[in-house]
Amino acid sequence: MRKFVGFGLAAALVFSLTACGGGSSADPTTAAQAAGDDATTAADKGESEEAAPAADGEAFKIGVIGPLTGPAAAYGIAVQNGVDLAVKEINEAGGVNGAMLEMNSQDDEHDPEKSVNAYNTLKDWNMQMLVGAVTSKPCIAVAAESANDNLFQITPSGSAVECAAPDNVFRVCFADPAQGTASAKYIGENKLGTKIAIIYDSSTEYSSGIREAFVAEAANEGLEIVADEAFTADTNTDFSVQLDKAKEAGAELVFMPIYYQEASVILKQASDKEFAPVFFGVDGMDGILSVKNFDTALAEGVMLLTPFSSTEESSKAFTEAYVAAYGIEPNQFAADAYDAVYAIKAAAEQAGITPDMDASAICEAMKTAMTEITIDGLTGEKMTWDAAGETGKAPKAVKIVNGVYEMQ
Amino acid sequence: MNKNKVRMQNGITYGIVAGCWILVQIMDKTGHMTSLLRGILVPLCMYSILAISLNLTVGILGELSLGHAGFMCVGAFSGAFFTKCMENVLPNLQLRFFLAILIGAVVAGICGILIGIPVLRLKGDYLAIVTLAFGEIIKNLINVMYIGLDKGGFHFSIKDTMSLGMDETGVVIIKGAQGITGTPKASTFLIATVLLLITLFIVLNLIHSRTGRAIMSIRDNRIAAESIGINITKYKLMAFSISAALAGVAGVLYAHNLSTLAATPKNFGYNMSIMILVFVVLGGLGNIRGSMIAAVVLTLLPELLRGLNDYRMLIYAVVLIVMMLFNSSPKAIEMRSVLLERFRKKKDTAAKEAS
Repeated sequence: MRKFVGFGLAAALVFSLTACGGGSSADPTTAAQAAGDDATTAADKGESEEAAPAADGEAFKIGVIGPLTGPAAAYGIAVQNGVDLAVKEINEAGGVNGAMLEMNSQDDEHDPEKSVNAYNTLKDWNMQMLVGAVTSKPCIAVAAESANDNLFQITPSGSAVECAAPDNVFRVCFADPAQGTASAKYIGENKLGTKIAIIYDSSTEYSSGIREAFVAEAANEGLEIVADEAFTADTNTDFSVQLDKAKEAGAELVFMPIYYQEASVILKQASDKEFAPVFFGVDGMDGILSVKNFDTALAEGVMLLTPFSSTEESSKAFTEAYVAAYGIEPNQFAADAYDAVYAIKAAAEQAGITPDMDASAICEAMKTAMTEITIDGLTGEKMTWDAAGETGKAPKAVKIVNGVYEMQ
Repeated sequence: MNKNKVRMQNGITYGIVAGCWILVQIMDKTGHMTSLLRGILVPLCMYSILAISLNLTVGILGELSLGHAGFMCVGAFSGAFFTKCMENVLPNLQLRFFLAILIGAVVAGICGILIGIPVLRLKGDYLAIVTLAFGEIIKNLINVMYIGLDKGGFHFSIKDTMSLGMDETGVVIIKGAQGITGTPKASTFLIATVLLLITLFIVLNLIHSRTGRAIMSIRDNRIAAESIGINITKYKLMAFSISAALAGVAGVLYAHNLSTLAATPKNFGYNMSIMILVFVVLGGLGNIRGSMIAAVVLTLLPELLRGLNDYRMLIYAVVLIVMMLFNSSPKAIEMRSVLLERFRKKKDTAAKEAS
């Protein structure tokens, strides 16, 4: 018996170690970034309280919650960098209402339970405003806590509907159903095809949420869904069954509301099968060109609905600064986070809040101010927010031509 | 004499829990509580319950189960499902939560029996693998389940919310991979502590009863136990299902501590099962108090290490290895006893010199 347990335990330890290692190596950008962080950038990364300038307590304390370790770390680190960059820029330009911004980011491992712990840790640090959480489920858990404390929260990328349900929570990205509806509308209006196949990940709420809204809207746009194929996180390496069904049904367009890692596999397998419909993705597809060992020629002609493109004219300055500071290309998560901080700045100036106010008073002032501001961000021009916390901005469609995004 | 010793040991275990509760109350009153600590109290009790209940299977019954998180998942979803359904029928949250705990325990216990009947015929690593599979099946089943409620009653689908075919009054309760959202936060430290004490009471009394001795005899020598007429299947199934039911209780606590509940690999996958097993092994097989303390230490540790930022999980793993070695390696045990001996001698000589 003891032998078994000993064996099981050894397996557990090995597993937990590989889980950590595997998490970062699964995403090439994370690993590259972790390795590429030299001493100087690590020092001024602003991860902990002492890194950001705090002018004799006259600073707004902004907390960040996101997955900094594990498989979703790429998103969390991007948000952390995006916030960090924006905070530094704002501080250099004189701060908000004369006060500096100070940031502290905490890891939630993409786990709701850990995210609440991270939230409480930040509360002990006297956080006044929160940027986060990065992923949907943790965001829902944190939003319930922050609503209870009446603390201002803006999530850069928590896209599930419930994330912004409490009135103290705002979001920069689109809600999942909004993306599905927008995609169906775009496809219908631009006549990209009428026979649609869908390949989606039924084990993530992001993918199934978008799909559901897409299917609902597709009927209004005269789109016919000829194949509707699911996969799960456990079967995301072979898509031949799904692709065969789509091909047999004669699909003209394949809608893929999924993340770019899986999409890259699908594109590879589709080209092996000589199946060449229009591939249409959403913001999770952003990043497909940076997948390691992926022939970007396969992504030629892929369309995606994304709020941000690093090659766009308006995001050039941000991209350059980001690459200089962190050594990798920014993705939409970084852009969302950057916009979130600027939204906080605009709203804070509108509301005229000062760092000596308590979190609840700040929240009350910010709630009204958020609905009054309009900012030109990286992820949309003339972004506004309604009282429900949703942003009003038009999605942008891009097409991959010659290995770069081309605005449509 | 032996009985008194057992009573004293049990008393110490209860005392530790009660003492912790009083300590927390004092800290709360005097303003020494941090938000982090306040937020983590319920998870600490929950993980302790899980560790104690798994110890019943692994330490007392002597069967390696890797599907404990599956039972927790069953309890969590059945409990949360109940509180969501009964929102309008039973407005009293405390009562609903109490019933949810019972339901979670019963459903998980029934699952334990159902799984146990075929599975407990297996031994050792075969059992471990089958329980592991069970945990994964539960997780995946819940991930494709859509249940809605409207005037006409429950609607069930394994495709999506649209195929539930509900009328306009319908609410989706379990929404596939998105799970259950908006469970009321009913878990409090007081309730969690009481549940922990009840768990301890059940398990400790079971161990020191006639039934417990029968269960342990199966662990120590199955053939001998059989030869003296002990009904192996009955006692195995009993220990296994009690352990499952208690895991279900922990699941209900978990579900009512967060406003969102989804069966992800992180919370109900086999990572979690292994984590609970680590608590049990670190605390000592069959050592109830030990597994409780191990659960508390290992849950608190990553939170207390937050100051280390990126190195947190690395340090956590290293600390875990060191603790495991210190606790269980024969050399470390030898060294500890030598040190203890030396310490005692010193005390003795000091006492002699004094006299």
